[in-house]
Amino acid sequence: MPMVTIAGKEIELDEEGFLTNLADWSRDVADYMAAEEKVEMTDAHWEVIDFLREYYDEYQIAPAVRVLTKAIGKKLGPDKGNNKYLYELFPYGPAKQACKIGGLPKPTGCI
Amino acid sequence: MLHIINKSPSDRNSVEAALRLATKGSVVLLIEDAVYAATRGNTAAAKIQAAMADLKIYALKPDLETRGLADRVMDGVSLVDYAGFVDLVAEQPNCQSWL
Amino acid sequence: MSDDMDMEDGGTIKKFMFVNRKAPYGTIYALEALEVVLISAAFEQDVSMAFVDDGVYQLMKGINSEGTELKNFSKTYRALDGYDIEKLYVEQESLEARGLTEDDLLVDVTVMSAAELAATMAEQDVVISH
Repeated sequence: MPMVTIAGKEIELDEEGFLTNLADWSRDVADYMAAEEKVEMTDAHWEVIDFLREYYDEYQIAPAVRVLTKAIGKKLGPDKGNNKYLYELFPYGPAKQACKIGGLPKPTGCI
Repeated sequence: MLHIINKSPSDRNSVEAALRLATKGSVVLLIEDAVYAATRGNTAAAKIQAAMADLKIYALKPDLETRGLADRVMDGVSLVDYAGFVDLVAEQPNCQSWL
Repeated sequence: MSDDMDMEDGGTIKKFMFVNRKAPYGTIYALEALEVVLISAAFEQDVSMAFVDDGVYQLMKGINSEGTELKNFSKTYRALDGYDIEKLYVEQESLEARGLTEDDLLVDVTVMSAAELAATMAEQDVVISH
């Protein structure tokens, strides 16, 4: 498994770049992942990442994109709970890319 | 003899077989899905109750908690943690795992 | 069959029931079934879950898996609603044989007698058992 050094800490990733140990996550790790994904993190990005981490904490899964979109719409309003908004933030797939940056496993029901 | 059982009484008959073949004074430890047998209202509870006359019954506490059963354990069943599990193995001259 | 051809066009919606008969945590069946159900939601079919025998234990409230260090996937049953999987059937006889009632379960379910569940099961196009 590939090891990377982030903020002085050795971190293990899987072959697709997701964290092997979810407990390794930190804001530094998120910044590293975002740079790897060529995503420039803004407050809007962080809002989605924080939402995803709360969702994972509550349900122990990373949501499928359809479920994520709906849940964000419910919590943050319809102008954010739509594919266009989320794909602008995370062009390679909001669920997959945001999950990676947020230190979560690959979404369940993501096919 | 320490008898260790890890299967739910409604999935396999391991609990029943162990209780039938354990000699008086033996110790029974229920772990993993066998802990369901030691909960109030389970169909195996009567068998455990009857067995207590001749056998000492233990259940592994972390396995009960993992299954949401911490407050449903029958009276007379003693709870042990992992260290207690090790103690039981060390105290008994031999042990048998019922699969 | 023509029905199957229609499905590829997104035309036909079939009734799928996932039958859960194993206790959680002791074996991998419950977690595997849950993941299959969540994935199946993407196909927009008419999905239900039935909890029978030790399967009713999957829905127990008050799980604390810190001691065993197992992943507490019981929380994930509460996500089913967000995946539009709302038909959760629990057999009354299985609850009674375990000294449980609906109040011991962590999600809203429909409790059914064996006869009612049998009838619902017989209506399905596909039944998948774990």
